[in-house]
Amino acid sequence: MVAVALLDIKDLTVEFHTRRGIVKAVQHVNISIGKGETLGIVGESGSGKSVTSYAVMRILDRAGSIAEGSVTFSGIDLRAAPEEQVRTMRGREMSMIFQSPRLALNPIRKVGHQIEDVLKQHAQADSAQLTNKAIEMLDHVKIARSRERYHAYPFELSGGMCQRVVIALALACRPQLLIADAPTTGLDVTTQKAVMDLVTELTRERGLSTILITHDLGLAATYCDNIVVMEKGRVIESATSTKIFKKPSHAYTRKLMQATPRPGSTLRGLLPEGEAPPVPQKIQMVPREQKPLLEVTKLVKEFPRKGLQASLSRLLGPKPAPQPENFRAVDGISFKINRGESVGLVGESGCGKSTTSMMVMRLIDKSEGAIMFDGEDIGDIAPREFAHTPFRRRIQMVFQDPTDSLNPRYTAARAIADPLLRMGGIKGAAAIRGRCEELAQQVGLPTDLLDRFPHQLSGGQKARVGIARSIALKPDLIVLDEPTAALDVSVQAVVLNLLQDLKDSLGMSYLFVSHDLNVVRLLCDRVIVMKTGQIVEQGPTEQVLFEPQAQYTRDLLAAIPHPPA
Amino acid sequence: MLSVILKRLLLAVPTLIGVVVVTFLLTRALPGDPAAYFAGPAATKQAIEQVRAQLGLDKPLPVQFVRYVNDLAHGDLGNSLTTGQPVLAELRSRLPASAELTLLGLILSMSIAIPLGILAATKPGSIVDHVCRIVTTAGVSLPVFFTGLILVYVFYYLLGWAPAPLGRLDVFFSAPRTVTGFYLIDSLLAGKFDLFRAALAQLVLPALTLAIFSLAPIARMTRASMLSVLASDFVRTARASGLTRYTVVITYAFRNAMLPVITTLGMVFSFLLGANVLVEKVFAWPGIGSYAVEALIASDFAPVQGFVLTMAVMYVILNLIIDLLYGVVDPRVRIDA
Repeated sequence: MVAVALLDIKDLTVEFHTRRGIVKAVQHVNISIGKGETLGIVGESGSGKSVTSYAVMRILDRAGSIAEGSVTFSGIDLRAAPEEQVRTMRGREMSMIFQSPRLALNPIRKVGHQIEDVLKQHAQADSAQLTNKAIEMLDHVKIARSRERYHAYPFELSGGMCQRVVIALALACRPQLLIADAPTTGLDVTTQKAVMDLVTELTRERGLSTILITHDLGLAATYCDNIVVMEKGRVIESATSTKIFKKPSHAYTRKLMQATPRPGSTLRGLLPEGEAPPVPQKIQMVPREQKPLLEVTKLVKEFPRKGLQASLSRLLGPKPAPQPENFRAVDGISFKINRGESVGLVGESGCGKSTTSMMVMRLIDKSEGAIMFDGEDIGDIAPREFAHTPFRRRIQMVFQDPTDSLNPRYTAARAIADPLLRMGGIKGAAAIRGRCEELAQQVGLPTDLLDRFPHQLSGGQKARVGIARSIALKPDLIVLDEPTAALDVSVQAVVLNLLQDLKDSLGMSYLFVSHDLNVVRLLCDRVIVMKTGQIVEQGPTEQVLFEPQAQYTRDLLAAIPHPPA
Repeated sequence: MLSVILKRLLLAVPTLIGVVVVTFLLTRALPGDPAAYFAGPAATKQAIEQVRAQLGLDKPLPVQFVRYVNDLAHGDLGNSLTTGQPVLAELRSRLPASAELTLLGLILSMSIAIPLGILAATKPGSIVDHVCRIVTTAGVSLPVFFTGLILVYVFYYLLGWAPAPLGRLDVFFSAPRTVTGFYLIDSLLAGKFDLFRAALAQLVLPALTLAIFSLAPIARMTRASMLSVLASDFVRTARASGLTRYTVVITYAFRNAMLPVITTLGMVFSFLLGANVLVEKVFAWPGIGSYAVEALIASDFAPVQGFVLTMAVMYVILNLIIDLLYGVVDPRVRIDA
């Protein structure tokens, strides 16, 4: 126990004035963190974890205000302090790093200048040293070629690199407290590991106190001493990491832990006890020797190297090395998917997995190779014409973002009916409505929600609408492009189970594109691991994940946070 | 940079060819017979035919077109039939008059509208916001000839602060030697400060009229653009780093919010340049808008064609400037270009 806490939040209540009245986003929260401690605040979306941190920094929106309680930072009452005093403390005493690092940086200002802005603001360096100090900070966060990168704009850097710049920004003035708000959301696992290791290293080196805000219990447990679990604006449990993992006392914490896919968990095990649906009747697949449903051979996709790529190399290298005209996003991959099988396509961003799925979907042209679907070559049908072939209804897709992939002006019923209207062959409003209700029941969407618009539905419900739409035409193959990436873990657990049940009852095949190996393990029979356009390893799930052959697969597996057991 | 400009100018060539063809055909399709108009109301049929032959209007359209293009290639836009002057010379004297007026009006408008928009965006729902809304709505809802007349009534007739609204210069002054065609600049170049004062005095009221009218689009766009940028993640980062409010609003937010504002400015400028006929009429301003309208009423082809062509060229140049400005503000655009 530390004698005096660095940050002490007592009985904090934050209110937002909205059109529908006052919303209490955070209620009576008590959190305290000592010098040099690391604290994880864990919760799902809407739990108030981010709002708490904004209240500490006093950067709440105009509509939000601290209604009750106190926030004390090394003896200063932050709630009562004048704005000017709090402003000088931001960045110098306490600073923050954010999710979606690319958006967190000013897009039209050189990253070096953005670091200089902060240094200059807090008088950390005189103007002669500013540039050197900024470059030094870039070195600190392990950005290679920092002197060149000083002149880079955020769009010229990768997501992981942008996050390093944000960290440099936050740590430039040697604050005492660092608040990291889901700093690795949207980053690849290996980048996530690199970023988190960097944060840990820098904070330890400087004796910083850290608050890590995340929805990932595993991540919090790996990197934090203590954990606070929040739900609906309240702290429901607070304990050391080891204790919370061994003996979670609150039911919600248990539910959260259970829903987080880990090595050893099962698909049904993700759901809370008593909520697991009965296993549906499996369609008896006739075990006959048959041609694979999808067979991809030596598939290649090349993009002309121009624009950003070319300019970047011109920018970074003094003399660009002669490069091939084209950039191979997918470089001669071959794989098969059998009927009723689900195959995971795993890799980090830029490995070509999305390009592959787009080619299989026949949304973009291939450069070389063949795509055989049910014994027929569909690779040569132009994407524009493919929608008019009978194959279209047999290959469907579920998209990554359940919100963005729904037309905001269509009701749920209209969205589900869309493929039916285009090629369903069902005539009459009543018949289509009937089919929509049938589909809604299949995906567990209450039929009274069918007349709502996307913004009136929760994330999980929107995901169900997207899935209902994709199975409306009874396809043989569904391409799932990270269907649960935007969902909370408890919702993800339900959706994954739903997908499994649908596959079993309808006898479909899945091509499951994901970067989350734990999720892939639960749902897929076989796994394909991709890197820079090529397949580095493929085989049965258990084999690939437990006895990986390729070094890259091992790296990927090692990068997944391993909470203390 | 230079290659980008050249490429863009080359791309404009087909547009200009299209403009030449369309204006030629449209002016021919207009109702009214220039031959009858110029022969006078009492003219006989033979007299009209004679005028027609004189003007070359009896030839088939393709022949007329070839002649027109040929003249154009030699830099000859033809002669105005009403004034008898070469169109090129008239445009050359009138375009700077319009451009000077419009530019000054726009600068005036910007210097009020942009700060107003920024203030309104930083405090939505506040008094400044309401003032911004009321001022801009009022400005855009009053027709320009009305605002112009009010201004003349108050500042010339009642107060006597402004000179008589009779063109670009008081009758006692003679125009400065033409360098740019802008009296304000030319008088300074000639070192005649009293001339500068006189020219400015004539400009203030019409420019103010234009400014009042164009406040709304600029202020509204600034406000909307600022609001969305202020809500973005990087502004939050800037605030969390303890940057001052000024740095956050100006260096971080406003520079990002400028892109749509620049687009609006371009649109407003090109609109005002050709469309402020009413202001030109109220202030007896010798601009190109009124020139074109008068020619149009008289079925005087050459000035109308010359006017449309000039506007098309102006538009191309303006768009190029805006695109280049985009590149200056936003590094991401530079890459694409």
